[in-house]
Amino acid sequence: MTEGKQPIIEIRNVSKRFGKVTAVDNISLDIRAGEFFVLLGPSGCGKTTLLRMIAGFEMPTEGQIIIDGQDMSLVPPNKRPVNMVFQSYAVFPHMNVTDNVGYGLRISGISKAETRDRVAEALELVKLGGFEDRMPDQMSGGQRQRVALARSLVMRPKVLLLDEPLSALDAKLRAQMQFELADLQDKVGITFVTVTHDQDEALSMASRVAVINKGEVAQLAPPSDLYEYPANRFVADFVGSVNIFEGRLTLDEPDKAAVNCPGLGKIYLNHGVTGPHGANVWIALRPEKIYLHVPGEGKAVRAAAQDAPDGHNLARGTIKGMSYLGDVTLYDIQLEGGHIIRVSRPNLSRHDQEDFTWDDKVSMHWRADSPVVLLS
Amino acid sequence: MFNRTAIAPLEYTRKLWMRSWVGLTMLFLYAPLVVLMIFSFNDSKRNVVWKGFTLKYYEKALNNDSLVEAMVNSLTIAFLATIISLVIGALAAVMLWRFRFPFKGLVEGTMSLPIIVPEICLGVAFLIFFAKLDWPTDLAWPLNLSAITIAHITFCFPFVAMVVRARLASFNREEEEAAKDLGATEWQAFRDVLLPHIKPSLVAGALLAFTLSLDDFVITFFTSGPDTITFPVKVYSMVRFSVTPEVNAASTILIILTVALTFIALKYQGVKGIAETH
Repeated sequence: MTEGKQPIIEIRNVSKRFGKVTAVDNISLDIRAGEFFVLLGPSGCGKTTLLRMIAGFEMPTEGQIIIDGQDMSLVPPNKRPVNMVFQSYAVFPHMNVTDNVGYGLRISGISKAETRDRVAEALELVKLGGFEDRMPDQMSGGQRQRVALARSLVMRPKVLLLDEPLSALDAKLRAQMQFELADLQDKVGITFVTVTHDQDEALSMASRVAVINKGEVAQLAPPSDLYEYPANRFVADFVGSVNIFEGRLTLDEPDKAAVNCPGLGKIYLNHGVTGPHGANVWIALRPEKIYLHVPGEGKAVRAAAQDAPDGHNLARGTIKGMSYLGDVTLYDIQLEGGHIIRVSRPNLSRHDQEDFTWDDKVSMHWRADSPVVLLS
Repeated sequence: MFNRTAIAPLEYTRKLWMRSWVGLTMLFLYAPLVVLMIFSFNDSKRNVVWKGFTLKYYEKALNNDSLVEAMVNSLTIAFLATIISLVIGALAAVMLWRFRFPFKGLVEGTMSLPIIVPEICLGVAFLIFFAKLDWPTDLAWPLNLSAITIAHITFCFPFVAMVVRARLASFNREEEEAAKDLGATEWQAFRDVLLPHIKPSLVAGALLAFTLSLDDFVITFFTSGPDTITFPVKVYSMVRFSVTPEVNAASTILIILTVALTFIALKYQGVKGIAETH
């Protein structure tokens, strides 16, 4: 991947208000040339509004959007060096594939010969060779999306904007398109900016993700950081599934920290958190980072949790719920304090799901680097 | 195919009562028209008993200068009224669909008023309106048809607007945005994306306006002068003396003309396209 240092899009203190509703609230972020940037958030968080402002369909109430060094605040959409793939694909229903893909070139006065070559090239890129004369109503949703992609790529934009590109596809096709989009982006080297509410999509495709909540950036980070080092409870909860417990910071040194959670027990971390001592914090613990045992296998538990002092990073409970998903089994375990904790366990052998069942008493432990301390 | 005699509960088309009901409806709708057309070939001055086949009343109708003139007037008015209603109606529909402005509901309501106001009231209103304006009646053809044409546009364009508006409701705004995103100006996006979408409704609206204008009697009666007789008004005056097969012949020509026109429009646009607008 060719990631330039200089930003291709600079969003500076942009706000957008519709009447009394603030859709985007003072967002500033840079999108670098050549990256696959994803705006992730729940519906109504303002991510689509932000994308439409980059495309030029909405004007910011405040702030500036700079694309490739030029202030775009007053530039209409048809004059911007960006192209968009719409959520509905917006393929022109009365034109065949060739006319759809060649539309932008045709109206900008590119010669017929060049248009023909570039359309053929774009169709090749999205694997639609042989579909030239098809009408949109003779194509599947996935194929129509490829037409929309080719129609934008043929314009050779500096930035390609994609609004929920995979939401209308079925699960199998979506997984395939995730890889294809990432592959395509790698091939053409154009900066992609995608909007999605689907965290799997964001994690699998993005080079960086901005999580948007209520019109503000909750966190901007590469996918693995987002998952492993969430900045706050919103991100921890929105990206992946997580157990969150409230607690009090009792120890905080450069190489270790401890949190006392009334609901879960004593948590020990092998790194400092630089939080205010004695303050309220939250512990986030991913379900797959918790190991399940039969109670009494004390040696094994201690051996596994040896990086923590005695009595830390352990919990006991009763299995109250179970769902077998094939590759993993999810357990909802009621802790002794009454709280429910979710644990996921990989089915490494064909019979692993039979190890535990409803109402079994179990012990759990986790490594000292697994819990994340959240200050907000 | 296997033969089935039992009729399933929802197979209404195979039930006798349903078939006879459809048949009776068709008879009710079309029997008068068929009788009118048959009697245009009747070799008798009185239009009551069948006396034999003839084409002489067609000859007579086509040689009747005032009848032909009325027909030409009607077609001219219908043509002009259709074109202008189409432009005004489509623009009004796009405006109401696209923009938000103060008193939009009021504008929408008043625009459809000509559809619901009784024709007789409109007719009288136009009579007074043109009289007060001292609208010239002695102009050369086709300018002498201007008063009737204006009146026809008034009651035709709301129908066009209504049909186009219904079609616009199914337009995906993202298509227009996509066109602009690809570099189209406002006008290019309208021409290349919006216009093709509403085209079937323009055809349907034009058909509606044309037939409405062609057979209008009441409003035309109040706005026409001695030199601007239209076909329906002429037929009315002929019928006052006696219903001759000549009137039948002229009416048959008109029926064939409108049916042919509708057929061509459907053929050109595809039945599906027009059906979609409703």
